[in-house]
Amino acid sequence: MTTSFALLGLLEDSARHGYDLKLAYDRRFGGAKPLRFGHVYRILAQLVRDGLVVATGVEPGAGPDRKTYAITPAGVTDLERWLAEPEEPQPQLQAVLFTKVMVALMSGRPAAEYLDLQRDLHLARMRELTTARRTAPPRDALLMDYQLFHIEADLRWIDHAAGRLDTLGGSAM
Amino acid sequence: MSDTLLTARDLHKQFGVTEALRGAGLTVRAGEVVAVTGPSGSGKSTLLHCAAGILRPDRGEVVFDGHRLDTLTDRQRSVLRREQFGFVFQFGQLVPELPAVENVALPLLLAGRSRPAAMRAADAWFDRLGLPGLQRRLPGELSGGQGQRVAIARALVTGARIVFADEPTGALDSVAADEVMELLVRTARDSGAAVVVVTHEARVAAFADRGVRVRDGRALP
Repeated sequence: MTTSFALLGLLEDSARHGYDLKLAYDRRFGGAKPLRFGHVYRILAQLVRDGLVVATGVEPGAGPDRKTYAITPAGVTDLERWLAEPEEPQPQLQAVLFTKVMVALMSGRPAAEYLDLQRDLHLARMRELTTARRTAPPRDALLMDYQLFHIEADLRWIDHAAGRLDTLGGSAM
Repeated sequence: MSDTLLTARDLHKQFGVTEALRGAGLTVRAGEVVAVTGPSGSGKSTLLHCAAGILRPDRGEVVFDGHRLDTLTDRQRSVLRREQFGFVFQFGQLVPELPAVENVALPLLLAGRSRPAAMRAADAWFDRLGLPGLQRRLPGELSGGQGQRVAIARALVTGARIVFADEPTGALDSVAADEVMELLVRTARDSGAAVVVVTHEARVAAFADRGVRVRDGRALP
């Protein structure tokens, strides 16, 4: 799901063929886990079926698929909706949080607003957990501690990223 | 709102060339717990110190219980702080030469309470805060968490209506920090006191009913 939106974000930047899209994804989001070609084409096929992406032509050149893809207005709307919605706090959110900030920065959208919304939701979840922990049996309280520490780690990253937006906006993109 | 206890409006405070507050505000309702968060240097501690009458803002007003705080004389503000406010800081607030129970009794003695009455009142807080038998220990003989519990007792012993806590768990590990926050919030609620806690730790802020974020000297709801 997150990968689909990352690809939409890259296609909003410019129309690309699948190979180019994979390289751009790996460069910006891949880190230690590059996308497989098959996965890129499966996602593209799904995005085309959903009307979020359209095939605009075929580039000359070697290779199995030189079809060029572009984002549709419906794709832009979907991307904006995704960016505007904070994610439910839960462990292992780092990929989606990171992707949202990167997509916002590379598209010139207000990443700080996204981070503020996300911070509010994370803090609200931490308040709920802290209140629930007060009356929870010890074993449940320990699990809540685990969740609290993970959400706190996200929050520290959110604050750190917010503090670095000025420098990230220009050079890193 | 009718239950508003303290309102700080449009506070400005400058230290040399540094503008610490640039129009910050804060509202505290009776009995609520408010967390003030923000990055280092954002002005959150200065906001607390101005709201609590420790610092006088350059501009803006602080109203406590219907009365302007920022226009009081230093002496009047000292009396108000001693009788109506309690304070818990990161460290350094306990008098090292005095046993724990006398540290708790100190605000009562300064307010003119007799020594036996002050000591009795102070003594009662030790069981309440999980510190039985530690009354005669010197601050240097207490753990960090125990020292903060003594500080909480001292903050509430006068019947304070607001406790201002500035990074109260900053020097504690996470288990002691949770215990101190749990006690601070519970005992303040039992006493009917509001709490304003300045912290950079989200886990501490999560004990509050609501949060106020300070950025570049301004407060965001």
